[in-house]
Amino acid sequence: MSATPVLALRGISKRFGAVQALTDVELEIHPGEVVALVGDNGAGKSTLVKAIAGVGPADEGTVEWDGEPVRIERPHDAQELGIATVYQDLALCDNLDVVGNLFLGNEIKSRTVLNEVEMERRARELLSTLSIRIPSVRVPVASLSGGQRQTVAIARSLLGEPRVVILDEPTAALGVEQTAQVLDLVERLRERELGVLLISHNMADVRAVSDRVAVLRLGRNNGTFTVSETTQEEIVSAITGASDNVVTRRNARTADNARTTEVHK
Amino acid sequence: MTTGTPTDGTPADDTPADDTPVNVSKAPSEAGGSGRPGSGAAEKGAAENGTAAPDASVATVDPRLLVRQKGFAGYLEDLLRRLRTGELGSVPVIVGLLVIGAVFQLQDSAFLSSNNLSDLFVQSAGTGLIAVGIVFVLILGEIDLSVGSVSGMSAAVLAVLNINHGMNEVLAVLLALLTGMAAGAIHGFFFARIGVPAFVVTLAGLLGWNGLMLQILGPSGTINLDDDGLVAHLTNYYFADKAAAMGLATVCVLAFLGFSLLDQRRRKAADVPSRPLSEILLRTVVLAVPAYVAAAVFNSYKGLPLAVVIFLGVVVIGDFVLRRTSYGRQVFAVGGSSEAAGRAGINVPMVRITVYAIAGTMAAVGGLFFASQINAANQSSGAGSLLMNCIAAAVIGGTSLFGGRGKTWSALLGALVIQSINSGMALLGTGSALRDMITGAVLLAAVVIDSVSRRTQKTAGRA
Repeated sequence: MSATPVLALRGISKRFGAVQALTDVELEIHPGEVVALVGDNGAGKSTLVKAIAGVGPADEGTVEWDGEPVRIERPHDAQELGIATVYQDLALCDNLDVVGNLFLGNEIKSRTVLNEVEMERRARELLSTLSIRIPSVRVPVASLSGGQRQTVAIARSLLGEPRVVILDEPTAALGVEQTAQVLDLVERLRERELGVLLISHNMADVRAVSDRVAVLRLGRNNGTFTVSETTQEEIVSAITGASDNVVTRRNARTADNARTTEVHK
Repeated sequence: MTTGTPTDGTPADDTPADDTPVNVSKAPSEAGGSGRPGSGAAEKGAAENGTAAPDASVATVDPRLLVRQKGFAGYLEDLLRRLRTGELGSVPVIVGLLVIGAVFQLQDSAFLSSNNLSDLFVQSAGTGLIAVGIVFVLILGEIDLSVGSVSGMSAAVLAVLNINHGMNEVLAVLLALLTGMAAGAIHGFFFARIGVPAFVVTLAGLLGWNGLMLQILGPSGTINLDDDGLVAHLTNYYFADKAAAMGLATVCVLAFLGFSLLDQRRRKAADVPSRPLSEILLRTVVLAVPAYVAAAVFNSYKGLPLAVVIFLGVVVIGDFVLRRTSYGRQVFAVGGSSEAAGRAGINVPMVRITVYAIAGTMAAVGGLFFASQINAANQSSGAGSLLMNCIAAAVIGGTSLFGGRGKTWSALLGALVIQSINSGMALLGTGSALRDMITGAVLLAAVVIDSVSRRTQKTAGRA
């Protein structure tokens, strides 16, 4: 893991009318690192992703790319930098085959004619590099299972040679085996020295693949944990704020008081 | 892979010999992950320079996949399996054409005469050309109800400019086509940019352009065209030289064979699956038989009709645009999921507007053919059952009403079905009442086949 994060967010804030959706959020993603972004519904995960992907730019704060401040105003800016986003609702065309979907919008052409042979060759190569197994690259995407569709969507995001991949709930609605396939794929992205931002509600998945977990709570950072040194309970309590209630605050206060009294004594 | 795995018809030899019986559920991950330590860096390099030798796992195939057997037997089996799972393609319409031909031939032996068949082809060109535009719109998953009125309006524009104002005929034809294109682009604009449902926009066009046509034609109501003009020649010019029809058939067959072989060679060079030679030869023969039969039919009457040449050319160009250009890919993508297409960077409104402009242009071309048939533009141009015939032709030919699937060839096949019924009924002298009922029934049958095949494909996991 290199010292300079490939992508760093500094003091990101975002308002929607009367709602302060994000307040001073910090996040760093290093190359070859899987960072999980977790938080309850409404914690600001999607808003943060939209800010990174250029769909809904932040009001305040800076985004740093390789340590240099950059501006991400449009989805195009993010793609130019090398940020690929795989959204929850996969955005694949059911009627096109796997090759068609992989290269949609970036077709390989020889002069003006589509070069189907080259696209098929590159598609097979890409899928095999990622160990993605699909019956045939010429079947319509509609005939693939949910996990296969997800892997196709992720593979498609890799065609632009990105350096950071954002996966929004990649394992939601997937079965056991398919989830395992997607998690394997995430690990392969890490092996390829990509930075991965994984948004998930599933603690098991998060702990299985990520190196660090960034917790958002009510639009603020609520701790960043190294997975290997943290228990699931600590993360869950950071998400739900279980450690931040009347009882814990009172305990903290009394402990403080006790200390103060000791000093005064 | 939970769908599309028929339990029947899975011969053991479908699985390649080198694919040892592995535990299916874990095979995908282990093959690339822990199975080959230290391969991560190599894979990365391979992906970056894109020229490295194909990974070994390319050769291994999912054991659940119904792999095509090599050679001809595999082709036949694949074909039958596709039919069973609802990928009917052009089969129903070809069967329908044969049935229609046989029925009318039994009723009246003049039906299959070269004279009648040649006329039938020429008269189907107008409907078919408009249907080519409809195919584009149907692939988007939309509908265009205005093509009849647009075709009539374009004919009126041509007649007024050429006959009343004495404009050069070529220029007048171009302006008539531009009128159709503009009308289509206006529909597309209101649909794509303003967000009015296409059904309503084109319904307004159906009324509005018909009114504009009446306005253009003025009080006289009918304008006769020049008997020896360009437009008149569209449907009454024949290449009398017998070499023309045979030559065109030969060129088509050889071009098909040549491109198929070229494609096969390039696929082999790139190490991706290719069609076996036997399949290419079979396809060529299947194309060659009707091509030469049609050529012989034309030659035993007046020769190769110009209308057929233009119609075929438009169908081939349309097919090329849809299947071999990124524009065509964009049209299919928008028809499949406009949301996904937009996220992939496709300018969805632009695709929609241009598709409607294409439909308008093709309507104008078809309008000129209809004007050519009666050698006049009149108040009933583009009226009557023309609109329904054109939409029916596209659907009968196998283009789905549900969007995302279709071929311009369906316009050709569908137009032939419609015109065969018209022509047969005219021979029998049954009048338009029975003809319309039968055309309606055929359209219903086509839509039923479309819906049922879509459902079958869904259960087979292919739609």
